[in-house]
Amino acid sequence: MPFTLKVNGASRTVDADPEMPLLWVLRDLLDLPGTKYGCGIGQCGACTVQLRGNPIRSCQVPVSAVGNGEITTIEGLSVDGASHPLQKAWVELDVPQCGYCQAGQLMSAAALLKRTPKPTDAQIDSAMNGNLCRCATYLRIRSAIHRAAELGSGVAASSGKEG
Amino acid sequence: MSSWTIDRRAFLKVSASVGGSILLSSCMDTRASTAGAQSSLFEPNAYIRLAPDGMVTIVAKNPEIGQGVKTMLPMLIADELDVEWKNVKVEQAIADAKRFSRQFAGGSLATPFNYDELRRVGAAGRQMLIAAAAETWGVSADECTTSAGVVKHAASNRTAPYGTLVAKASTMRVPDLAKVKLKSPSEFRIIGTPVRGVDTPAIVAGKPLFGIDVKVPGMLYAVFVKCPVFAGKVASSNAEEVAKLPGVRHAFVVDGGTALNKLLGGVAIVADTWWAARKAREKLTVTWNEGATAQQSSAGFAAKAAELARGPAARTIVKAGDPDAAFASATKVVEAQYFYPFLSHATLEPQNCTASFANGKLEIWAPTQNPEPGRALCAETLGIKPTDITITMTRSGGGFGRRLNNDYMVEAAWISKTIGAPVKLLWTREDDMQHDFYRPAGFHNFKAAVDAAGKVTAWRNHFVSFGEGEKFAPSSSLDDDDFPAGFIPNLLVEASVMPLGVPTGPLRAPGSNALAFVMHGFIDELASAAGRDQVQFRLDLLGEPRMVMDKENKPMYDAARMRGVLQLVAEKSGWGRQVPKGTGLGVAFHYSHRGYFAEVVEVAAANGRFKINKVWVVGDIGAQVINPMNAEHQAQGSVLDGIGEALGQEITIEGGRTVQSNFDNYPLLRLVQAPPVEVHFKVTDNPVTGLGEPALPPVVPALCNAIFAATGVRIRSLPLSKQGWTYA
Repeated sequence: MPFTLKVNGASRTVDADPEMPLLWVLRDLLDLPGTKYGCGIGQCGACTVQLRGNPIRSCQVPVSAVGNGEITTIEGLSVDGASHPLQKAWVELDVPQCGYCQAGQLMSAAALLKRTPKPTDAQIDSAMNGNLCRCATYLRIRSAIHRAAELGSGVAASSGKEG
Repeated sequence: MSSWTIDRRAFLKVSASVGGSILLSSCMDTRASTAGAQSSLFEPNAYIRLAPDGMVTIVAKNPEIGQGVKTMLPMLIADELDVEWKNVKVEQAIADAKRFSRQFAGGSLATPFNYDELRRVGAAGRQMLIAAAAETWGVSADECTTSAGVVKHAASNRTAPYGTLVAKASTMRVPDLAKVKLKSPSEFRIIGTPVRGVDTPAIVAGKPLFGIDVKVPGMLYAVFVKCPVFAGKVASSNAEEVAKLPGVRHAFVVDGGTALNKLLGGVAIVADTWWAARKAREKLTVTWNEGATAQQSSAGFAAKAAELARGPAARTIVKAGDPDAAFASATKVVEAQYFYPFLSHATLEPQNCTASFANGKLEIWAPTQNPEPGRALCAETLGIKPTDITITMTRSGGGFGRRLNNDYMVEAAWISKTIGAPVKLLWTREDDMQHDFYRPAGFHNFKAAVDAAGKVTAWRNHFVSFGEGEKFAPSSSLDDDDFPAGFIPNLLVEASVMPLGVPTGPLRAPGSNALAFVMHGFIDELASAAGRDQVQFRLDLLGEPRMVMDKENKPMYDAARMRGVLQLVAEKSGWGRQVPKGTGLGVAFHYSHRGYFAEVVEVAAANGRFKINKVWVVGDIGAQVINPMNAEHQAQGSVLDGIGEALGQEITIEGGRTVQSNFDNYPLLRLVQAPPVEVHFKVTDNPVTGLGEPALPPVVPALCNAIFAATGVRIRSLPLSKQGWTYA
């Protein structure tokens, strides 16, 4: 059945099984493959996107439950895919190894910085502990979040259209 | 295990089936047919394309799985070509054994196999550009130099940017790669500098780079349901009914064979979306012919291992001196049994592959570490020629050795051929965890003698593993050159094996990731029994700084290099300093994949809870750290990977099937559990070697030894969570 979603600032209509998780709607119906499948049970965080600014596990949310809430995916984190302070910090510190989890890491981190522009290590631990990185790039993830906080004072300086 | 020829073990493990043609000759044979005065590009070989604007495209030949080769290998070419890194664009090669030999990610071999070879490729291009400028100017090439993409002739004060030489250079004679002059390390401008991953900007933008992101026109989506018991077959199923479910296009039985690394039996479900296929799977019922493996279990393996350990060993792996006499006259004898479990690779990107079969030809897009065996497997299984298969290597969301096997590739190929349409096969996480090639479990039964001076005089290990007869199951071997062979005068290493129907294979630092734990756990026990300092005891065990030779008198183990990293890590970690009660430092070293690593872990522990305060790593990977930015990161990732394995990871088998299914029962390390990891490289005058693996093995015993130092409790079995330890 048809659903109209607000994704990265645009209105998108899809014909989908109501039970289809948002993850698969984004990846396979809306051609937004930046959001990744890792576990399908909300354990790894690879599928993290923001719904109304909150980080959610898109593998756990059926499309029928999304409503008209604004969805932001990694593709919408900044207008140019590069200018969010987190994206700058991630590049500066060369955070990724394989890179597969990083979209989810960035979306969780972006939600953290929006709430807490200068997070402590403990706040980073709490916000990021649901995002697994199999390559264990955690030390640079932590450093890069601190660096992004310095670079942009969080989302205030972002040119992105993050909702 | 020579440290300066080919590491025999690593070579055999990863490349036995990889085409062995010679890079140097083959790559130069492929000078593009368009090269010449008419061409608008200078393409001296298969790796380099120089455009008139000075931009250089460099081809990265090996699969990228997070180890950083897509950046590192082009750095080697770019430095010798003498261009600026900012003017380099990197392009991933397709799998093509004629143009690029040894295209695989395994054994930490990209560096040792390519460090000289790819520098020669770059240097050859530079030599042709110099020749072009020299001929244009009518001067001797010997009088010309280059710098940052410009040829210079100092005597006449002339310069020519590379881009202006494209047409001329394309007519120059291709030099003999064996004779091109390489830079001296002091002339490096890119090698040895921190370079960021070439794909990092695309990763942070969420660009489609991975196998799972592939989309081709007309593509359908598939799941493939295999028997939970390894190599079981379909007896009957309701596939015909499943085929009628909404969104489902096809559902059919695949007979498959019995070889664990080839096409196995199961039911394929193909649908318009992956979700539809995944959902239809819930309606699938299959009766399986489970086969004999259904009788196997972890409990059964443990019981059999205990029985085998009580009896005489089936065979001797290595014997030196007179162990019996040494034990008879020993001051102190220590015995201990060690165990490590099966482990899963758990790449975060589950196995997947997109395949398109049409008109007798097969196109593959796959996250694979080892494309050529995949090509051979698909050709054999589908009955087509290897030359009718094209393989695009996508970026892999982790590899860790899992993608050296191409079982998922042949499944996708088979499904595409059967339905006559392009298909993306994606395994669920559960499929992935329950159909892995696991790091094999192992049982070690140690006995050693220490003399009055605290020196190890005898060592016996009865290793109980898996296999048949003289043959170990994949990645479950212990070799005659494994430490401490060559270091203890009276030594007996023996083995017994039991049959295994569970697939096993290489996991990051195969063999070593398990052997380091048992060897250095037991060595720690011996040092304690002798009442010696752990570092000094190990230095004494290593003995004089020298090259230890194997039985064929070939270099086997460089004691000097290992002593060097051990001494430096002791210094960096402040070994011997006072620590609070309940805090302890543990140390271990291990040689693997041509790298010498020693590590110290500091732990605070009490009442079954512990925390890792810090890890210190010192590695010796030869004369050059190619990309310091990635080198530190690989070492940190390896160490944290090893810690994650030790903390809570275990695959168990019941009824011939894997019990664990997802990250809720197979926990990966989380951010809050990651301690600081301080990394140092000790640069030595030795060949430059790889870094994807050798930093991992020592951390596991160093951690366990630190828990002992903090609490007096020995860890002889992993994971720690099963020994009553909770990570605070």
